Amino acid sequence: MKKALLSGLIGAAMVATAAMAEPKSGGRINVVVQPEPPGLMLGLIQNGPTQNVAGNIYESLLRYDKDLNPQPSLAKEWTVSDDGLTYTFKLHSGVKWHDGEDFSADDVVFSADVFLRETHARFRVGLEHVESITAPDAETVVFQLKNPFGPFLGMFEAGTMPIVPKHIYEGTSFKDNPANATPIGTGPFKFEEWKKGSYIHLVKNEDYYIDGLPYLDEIYWQVIPDAAARAVAFETGQIDVLPGGSVENFDVPRLAGMDNVCTTTEGWEFFAPHSFMWVNNREGWTAKPKFRQALMYAMNREFMKDVIWNGYAEVAHSPVSSKTRFYDTDVAKYEFDPEKAKALLDEVGYDGTPVRILPLPYGETWNRWAEAVKQNLDAVGVKTEIVATDVAGWNQKLSDWDFDLGFTYLYQYGDPALGVGRSYISSNIAKGSPWNNVSGYENAEVDQLFADAALKASAAERQELYTKAQAQIVEDVAAAWLLELSFPTIYRCDVKDLVTTAIGVNDGFKDAWLDR
Amino acid sequence: MNAFMKNFLRNKGAVAGLILLSIVVIVAVIAPFIYPQSPWTMVQRPFQPPMALDGFYFGTDVLGRDIGAGLAHGARVSLIVGLVSTLVALLIGLPIGALAGYFGGIWDDILMRFTEFFQTIPSFALAIVIVAILQPSLSGIVLAISIVSWPPVARLVRGEFLSLRSREYVQAAILSGLSPMNIIFRQILPNAISPIIVLASLMVASAILLESALSFLGLGDPNVMSWGYMIGAGRTVLRQAWWICVFPGLAILFTVLALNLIGEGLNDALNPRLARKGR
Repeated sequence: MKKALLSGLIGAAMVATAAMAEPKSGGRINVVVQPEPPGLMLGLIQNGPTQNVAGNIYESLLRYDKDLNPQPSLAKEWTVSDDGLTYTFKLHSGVKWHDGEDFSADDVVFSADVFLRETHARFRVGLEHVESITAPDAETVVFQLKNPFGPFLGMFEAGTMPIVPKHIYEGTSFKDNPANATPIGTGPFKFEEWKKGSYIHLVKNEDYYIDGLPYLDEIYWQVIPDAAARAVAFETGQIDVLPGGSVENFDVPRLAGMDNVCTTTEGWEFFAPHSFMWVNNREGWTAKPKFRQALMYAMNREFMKDVIWNGYAEVAHSPVSSKTRFYDTDVAKYEFDPEKAKALLDEVGYDGTPVRILPLPYGETWNRWAEAVKQNLDAVGVKTEIVATDVAGWNQKLSDWDFDLGFTYLYQYGDPALGVGRSYISSNIAKGSPWNNVSGYENAEVDQLFADAALKASAAERQELYTKAQAQIVEDVAAAWLLELSFPTIYRCDVKDLVTTAIGVNDGFKDAWLDR
Repeated sequence: MNAFMKNFLRNKGAVAGLILLSIVVIVAVIAPFIYPQSPWTMVQRPFQPPMALDGFYFGTDVLGRDIGAGLAHGARVSLIVGLVSTLVALLIGLPIGALAGYFGGIWDDILMRFTEFFQTIPSFALAIVIVAILQPSLSGIVLAISIVSWPPVARLVRGEFLSLRSREYVQAAILSGLSPMNIIFRQILPNAISPIIVLASLMVASAILLESALSFLGLGDPNVMSWGYMIGAGRTVLRQAWWICVFPGLAILFTVLALNLIGEGLNDALNPRLARKGR
């Protein structure tokens, strides 16, 4: 007993010294990227894997700690005027692009006002509140708002507002610019090589504007398409870090139990990944609200949570995640009730027309999930078909509205005005993107509630409006919410300071170091 | 016919194959009666090992589906895919081979170059491409397997026709004014049928393997339970739950083995002289 206590103390002491140890420079780290991203130009593509990699190449003005408080990034300090209309950012000096050109406030203005306005649907929602973006001098940027916008200071995250080089993109067709293949950012790591199907190689940015950072010499983002092979690669030591979601859930307990392996579910606070099925509100049986309610009652989401996600999730009851601000704890809940589902189906007179389920092609977990949903629906008499497809086909089918039920999960970005409204407001219905209001849900009242809530300055007033909006959307079942996911990051314990921000590994390599 | 049966039954391997295949066929036929629920239904807790629960002799898979039900319903899929795709392959390969072999000359050249075109493409790669284009569905898979497996039929039939068309009875038929179609299908084909039957039995086996491989890769019909799918879905959890992969794997092994044994037995029985010489 005494011995155990003693060794416990020694262990604790060792942990303490490790935590206090001076970061060491150097080293190479191998990380899994899953699936292989379609591209790395963060201003154009905001897929999970793209943000994983490119968040270390591109930067925005701010970072966020795990409580979503803003921290300096490209901006070293910032002030907000008392009326909430003027946001002034002071930028770091001596910042250079990876190609050696000087970075200046003009790049910020170009990125926000020109580039992202054209390419970034989610950022555009925020831009609607912006009167002007100006650069009074090379190291100052001023955002002048038309009206107070509560979540505005949450918009300066790398995936939301990546700063892109004006000297490369100005006057070109952004989507077709050949430079998209070799991303140029200001971040701690530079793009070196992308061997398609094999790895993405990033190297240390020697000219980084913060002395001493980053510590690592290089990062290899390994592409390993097979889930079992990814787990094995981690076990054999080829891989140091498995970002959240890159191994199958049923492998997590086994890998987490290995020696010298640490896990954390932190680093996702900003995203609060919310999984749901887009439900085509336009045509077919899914256009009927009662039918959609029946779908909700038919699904055994507790089972999905426990079995498919091994408990690494919570049942999602609302379009707003319980981790996001302004979640309404009293929102009506659709409990698993097959009888009620059948009754509703009888009421709408469902005739047995098959409903197509489009799974998210992100691996076995998601395939099993689609099969579980299919079984739940079959059990209450809804005929279903699973439409097998790859990532490109999934993008295509959702973009073309060629689906009945389409799996997805979206990030919430800390505030309903940033991460939730976009999926439900009617002004965001447009073909060609799988990231807007894909369901085609239209409700003028909801539109108004989201519009009003974003503009209120007081949190209490915003809560009242968001509570109403949630109640309405939940009653209409604008989408079929499944689970609030949590993605444990699994890494070797000698990788230090990896998850320090609310977006985890997406910008974590700035501070990470290897204790080897 | 009696001699044929005697010859066939003399081959012990063939008899064993026949018994194995009969079991698979019977299971496939009675599957809806012994497992009336869909094999996709989640009936129990997931990851239950074999025999751990009453009535679940093969255990349950990652979602709590009964592996036994999957095996039984998978047998239907495998056999249907095997038979139908072989039939379609015969329908394509037979006429092409027969016409090429019978008419010879320019027809032979054209048809054989066409056949070789398909033979030069690795068949599994071609099958994947076809399924990817057609979207994964049962009919698409059957078509893909047929398209990649007809060339050997055409070549075999052509060879048989080349040697048979110079026989006296064919010459006599030509002289007596029978139409070429009549000669091909009523005179020569019945005499060429035994190697085709042997080949067909082996083609059923390889079609079952192809379907399993496609399903394993996730290119199977996502609405149809097949053995290949079961292995593919269970592969990631092989270390926690061996039974999810092993049982369907054994099912494929024994079915394909049975078909091969039968094919060999047929070969011996249909060519008795060749067989005895070989022993």
